[in-house]
Amino acid sequence: MIDWQPLLLTFELALATTLVLLVVSLPLSYWLVHSRSRLKPVIATLVSMPLVLPPTVLGFYFLLAFSPGNAFGSFIDRWFGIQLVFSFGGLVLASVIYSLPFMVHPIQAGLAALPTSLSEASYVMGKSKWTTLLKIQLPNIKTSLLTGIVLAFAHTIGEFGVVLMIGGNIPGKTKVASIAIYDEVEALNYASANFYSAVLFVITFAILLMVYLINGGYLKRFWK
Amino acid sequence: MISLNLHKKFETSDGSWSLHIESEIPKGSFVTLYGPSGAGKTTTLRMLAGLLKPDDGMLTVNDVTWFDAARKINVGPQKRKIGYVFQDYALFPHMSVRENLEYAHSDSSNTSIDDLLILMELDTLASRRPQTLSGGQQQRVALARALAQQPEILLLDEPLAALDYKFRLKLQDHLYKIHREFKLTTIMVSHDISEITRLSDLVMVMEEGRIIRQGTSDEIFVNQQISGKFKFVGEVQQIEKQGIIYIVSVLVQNQMIKVVAQPTEMQGIDVGDKVMIASKAFNPIIYKID
Repeated sequence: MIDWQPLLLTFELALATTLVLLVVSLPLSYWLVHSRSRLKPVIATLVSMPLVLPPTVLGFYFLLAFSPGNAFGSFIDRWFGIQLVFSFGGLVLASVIYSLPFMVHPIQAGLAALPTSLSEASYVMGKSKWTTLLKIQLPNIKTSLLTGIVLAFAHTIGEFGVVLMIGGNIPGKTKVASIAIYDEVEALNYASANFYSAVLFVITFAILLMVYLINGGYLKRFWK
Repeated sequence: MISLNLHKKFETSDGSWSLHIESEIPKGSFVTLYGPSGAGKTTTLRMLAGLLKPDDGMLTVNDVTWFDAARKINVGPQKRKIGYVFQDYALFPHMSVRENLEYAHSDSSNTSIDDLLILMELDTLASRRPQTLSGGQQQRVALARALAQQPEILLLDEPLAALDYKFRLKLQDHLYKIHREFKLTTIMVSHDISEITRLSDLVMVMEEGRIIRQGTSDEIFVNQQISGKFKFVGEVQQIEKQGIIYIVSVLVQNQMIKVVAQPTEMQGIDVGDKVMIASKAFNPIIYKID
């Protein structure tokens, strides 16, 4: 009997992470493109760090920071009643930081590539920066947005190290598919390891293929 | 009346550069900024529109202060009631022609989108996307869009530069009609002397961030630049003595010109010198080149 829970949990995590990332990354990317602050190189570096840092490093520090034995961990536990270690909430937070560059970089590149005269034209027409972002800038970086959303989603599905460090292996709570595969292989259950692996392989392939088809304009040509 | 006195400093790769313009522009006039590229013409338009903040000075329009460095006033571009036609037109690619105009249209405006589309001969193109239009059509959309917000001041940054000659003439007529009909104060950047002569009441010649001359187009171009004379600057390539005169070959741009000269004129002139050739244009031959 196949246990679907790890797969469902993986997609729940990826969905939650992608939604949070979208909300966080839009203002962050906008700031990175338009700001002239001296802090900008530091923030840009921090955003990119998850690209090069081993996931275990991130996971290790999250574990330390969120631990109820530490100041930060006990603070949020006491004030918000949230325990971030070995919980789904903790997984989402860690995944958001881990996948941040995958969402921020495409949006940032999309915004930077737009001619400044487009937003300036909108300002001159009396539109606020917010209206300009929603009605002019975002609709013109649709492909970048789609790339960011899909990459962040797919990258979260592929997460292993961070999840293992901070989430552990609690069935139904933190045991995502990548952990389940590791678990099944250790228990020599190659059949179910193969099942989880194949599902992940097919789904991520399909998602990425869709992005390339849409961004390459293949679908439009096909439908016409 | 627009009265402006604006300073701005720039750090460029060739060192620092400063712009200082001071002028008064009567309400309802058609003004052209003329001068070499890098003279600060576009920068001036951007400061007027509020897209670039001057370092110092002030700007008042019809007795309303838009910028005053001393009193720390800087009205945002949103509140300036300016129509701006950008050099690249800046049409919104994800909107149709009509949607572009609707986006700019303010509720208080009493010009209707349909009237504007008809006026600019765009009614048959209203549902098209900008990237499917020709350069001249895009230019008309940009102009119609700038008018849709019912501006008091229209800023045009080389609006006709990318178009061919015949189209220019037609659009110049459009521009002139609009300027009169909408009672606009229009400020245009242009390099085209014939265009400037046709359209503008006042020409400001800019060089290195300053207005160096100001006047009607006749005062600026006919009296000073043309003045019944041809003038070319070139480099002496060869000097031949033939009897009592000299034949001098001068390279003007990429054309070799042979000039007859008296020995007295040739004193101190050698091969490689920069010289000016001038002649009274009493009987020039004019060809149409199309």
